[in-house]
Parts: sequence; C-alpha cells; structure tokens
Amino acid sequence: MRLAILDRGHSLGTKILFLLIRAASRQPVLDVIKLVKYRADFYGKPMQRVTQEAMRGPSAWPVADRELMAAFVAKTNDCEWCRKAHAAVAEEAYRDGAIVSAVLSDFETAPIEEPLRATLRMLCRLTREHAVNADDMRAVLAAGGSREQIEDALAICFSFNTIGRLADAFGFLLPGPKAFEAGAKYLLARGYR
Amino acid sequence: MTDIMKARKALVTRILEGDGSASRAQRRAAFNRTRCAEPLNTLIDKVTKQAYRVADEDIVAVKASGLSEDQIFEIVVCAAIGQAVRQHDSALAALEAATKKE
Repeated sequence: MRLAILDRGHSLGTKILFLLIRAASRQPVLDVIKLVKYRADFYGKPMQRVTQEAMRGPSAWPVADRELMAAFVAKTNDCEWCRKAHAAVAEEAYRDGAIVSAVLSDFETAPIEEPLRATLRMLCRLTREHAVNADDMRAVLAAGGSREQIEDALAICFSFNTIGRLADAFGFLLPGPKAFEAGAKYLLARGYR
Repeated sequence: MTDIMKARKALVTRILEGDGSASRAQRRAAFNRTRCAEPLNTLIDKVTKQAYRVADEDIVAVKASGLSEDQIFEIVVCAAIGQAVRQHDSALAALEAATKKE
C-alpha cells in the first residue's frame, strides 16, 4: 500500500490478530482489513457499521443481489480490487458464477429480473456521473422496483463509492483468487462487523 | 428496510469533528472538495473524480510537501466519504422528487 502506516502501523494487539488470521486462513491479510483496523476509531469502526447495515441489515434485496451491486459499483468505478472481492462473494452467495459474470460483462443483456436491471442502470449513472435525477428514479419504479429497493440499493452504493475510492487511492495489493475466496466465505458467514 | 442514515451521520461526525492528525479545517476542506494548494489539490481531485488514477507519485508529492502519513490517511478518507455523501444525497433527493405527491 502507498502509506506504510496502513501496512505496518497497527497496534501490537492488531498485529497479533493479523498473525492469527494468516495462520487460520493460510492467506495474506487482505488490505481492506489492514485499512479498517488502522486507527479503527477514525474510519474502520464507524464505516463498518454503515456497511454492515447496508449489506447485512434488513433489506428488500437478498444478500446475493447486494454483493452483486457492490461488485457492479466497483466495476463502474474501475476499482479492480473491490470488483474481484465482491464478485467472489456474490458467486458464493448465488452459488452461480455465470450470473455474476453476465451482469459484470453486460447487465443490459444478463438474465436477471427487470427491477434489478433498472436499479443497476440507475446505480451505473449515479456512480459514473455522480448524480441522478427524478426521471432516473421513475424509470426504476416503472420497471417494478420499489422505493424501498431503491433506498436499499443507494445505501450499498454509498458504501462502495467510499470503499472503492480508498482501495484505489491507497493502492490495495491484488491478492490471488484463493485469498478472495477465503474473504468471501468470511463475509458470508460473519458479515462486515 | 436498510437505514444507514444514523450510522452515516456518526461516521461523518467522527471524521470531521473528532480528534485527528490533520486539522478539522483540512479534513472539512477535503470532504467538501474545497480547492486547496498543490500537490494536495490534485490528490483530492483524483480521489473524488477518478480514484483509479491515483498514482504512487501523487502520494509521494503530498508527503514531500510536509504532510504526515496519518494526515494523508485522514484527508483521503474525508475526500472519499465527502464524494460518496454528495452522490447519496443527490440520489435521495431525486427519489424524493420522483415519489412526491402532486
């Protein structure tokens, strides 16, 4: 990472935790973990509360769709690290890698329900152009999406518009696929706490 | 239904008003994308608009300008969250406009 403090500046207790994670998972500690554990009171803990609510709290979307949206927002932001990380979680959650690949390749032709497709279209515009208007929202509602689904999708978008920027700005190191697979299993079992 | 607003408010309050290595004014300027001196301005601009374009040199230049790693950490976090908040608020306002009764 571009800031040495994010690699090596953690407290002794956190360094011991990282040793345990490495021993248990037999994988390197993911850079996102190093980020949220660095001076966790400043960013990590309050951000984890937001992301836990968005990704695992009560929602009109199942977890698999939420992880897919996270990967989709990351892809739209050109954040390779978050796209790969959350595509791995979505694949595990759907138990179907093909649907995730299809959406990330071209959501307009992917075999998904129309409310999800319209929601992804709105999230794409919001992420790419940094704003949307009432017509964009009416299009989602007209496709069968509910107000609740839109608000829940926007919460996911908020989280991953934050995390993706930090992954790219701090220069997260891309690990191998096995590390993302281990991370995916952890996130499905334990969430973002 | 998901409700992140309480947690989002706590997050923003912490990064802007809590203790930090960077001054509250520096953190708020990054959050609000207020123009500041180079090379920090370029870094904040990239974080908010196209974070994938941030390069090693951007961080090196900001460090060379005298900011510590802890200050850069806080300022980048504030810039990222500020942009995400603006986008989120824009979308919630659009949803409100689309669903308000005539």
